[in-house]
Amino acid sequence: MATHRLITPLLDADIEKLHSGDEVLLTGPIYTARDAAHKRLLELLEKKRELPVDLRGQVIYYSGPCPPKPGQVIGSAGPTTAYRMDLFTPAMLEYGVKGTIGKGPRLEKVREACVRYRAVYLAGIGGASALLAKTVKKADIVAYEDLGTEAVHRLEVEDFPLIVAYDIYGGDIYSEGIGKYKEI
Amino acid sequence: MRTVHVQKIVDEVARLCQEACYDLPPDVLKAIEAASSSEKSPLGQGILAKLVENAYLASRERVPCCHDTGIAAVFLEIGQDVHLTGGSLHEAVQEGVRRGYREGCLRKSVVGDPLLRVNTGDNTPAVVHTEIVDGDRITLSVLPKGGGSENMSALSFLLPGEGAGGVKKFVLDTVKNAGGKACPPLVVGVGIGGTFDYVALLAKKALLRRIGTYNKQPHLARLEMELLELINKTGIGPLGLGGSNTALWVAVESFGAHITALPVAVNLQCHAARRKLCTI
Repeated sequence: MATHRLITPLLDADIEKLHSGDEVLLTGPIYTARDAAHKRLLELLEKKRELPVDLRGQVIYYSGPCPPKPGQVIGSAGPTTAYRMDLFTPAMLEYGVKGTIGKGPRLEKVREACVRYRAVYLAGIGGASALLAKTVKKADIVAYEDLGTEAVHRLEVEDFPLIVAYDIYGGDIYSEGIGKYKEI
Repeated sequence: MRTVHVQKIVDEVARLCQEACYDLPPDVLKAIEAASSSEKSPLGQGILAKLVENAYLASRERVPCCHDTGIAAVFLEIGQDVHLTGGSLHEAVQEGVRRGYREGCLRKSVVGDPLLRVNTGDNTPAVVHTEIVDGDRITLSVLPKGGGSENMSALSFLLPGEGAGGVKKFVLDTVKNAGGKACPPLVVGVGIGGTFDYVALLAKKALLRRIGTYNKQPHLARLEMELLELINKTGIGPLGLGGSNTALWVAVESFGAHITALPVAVNLQCHAARRKLCTI
């Protein structure tokens, strides 16, 4: 499995290189959004209204950080379970989002949407939130501040470690990985 | 009769909430380290090594090891010879959670109403279980329970005739259905027996047991061993990306049951198996 160093926003040429199981070190801006923010974003997309942040070409990180302690850029921040956003993801990818970061397997329609809209689903290290927060160099709330931890944050990350879960070729590390080690 | 002021409860709950979120219990950290050396998948080895590094970092810097600092489950075993003074015990527990989460920079992850879904901003209400026991001491346990694994937990009423085999199948199905969503390697709490409400509590209480301590009843200890072996053959592996470590531990708690019933509850706990207790 290859390791790729990538810079956001992701280009088509970057995405074409990625295969399920590859490791990625991501640098550049990414945007947090989870359940509550997705609900609002989708309402705007359905009404064909502008989003408060232009997310076309960008990577969405399903994460709700802890409040920072004095001197911290951000509190502990790791990926949340991605399938809760499955309801919204195909529409977000159709709109132009190029990558999503979360943890855990998702519905088949998300894997298919990754192929159709040439986007990737990247798995973060669930529960390594103190370590992952260290890769965040800058954090700003850019929309929905009233949602607290669920607000949309713009994070500048550096060498954020990820694993390609779904690629644009239909690859899925969850079924492939489990298949390899399954004994019963 | 021993007198305890409820302010002591406030202080201890606040402290335990923070320490639980910063310091992974030593038995859990040891189990993750062991999994890291035994793991067959190279990807899984890398993940487990990062989880170990993360746990040490969080403890050293006094920050939460996982951003999901959970809904607080608080267990109070109150000796019958304790007299609590100075105010309401239940308000004291909630105030302790409020203070612990605010002062500890822990994430506030609780909505006040499950349908209206507005964050209470202070992580209350905590779920509180009180039990009156013998003696004049109070044992206080805080288990900050993350959403990812809690959401994949399950309860079923098996037929009594299905026996231990049925229990094993249900536990295995629950773990397989959770896959990577529950952040494996897991600690699996299993409740068997009792009633609809009580079997779920047994499963949650099983999560308070230290890794490495088997149930005292030989047939349940055997069931724990067999379940652990079976779960680790599913191939789910660290974070569900494939591998040989899907569970760190399985703990079973049981209780008597109605002649018609074999209730089973499976409470999944992610690898950030946080818990902290103290005796007052």
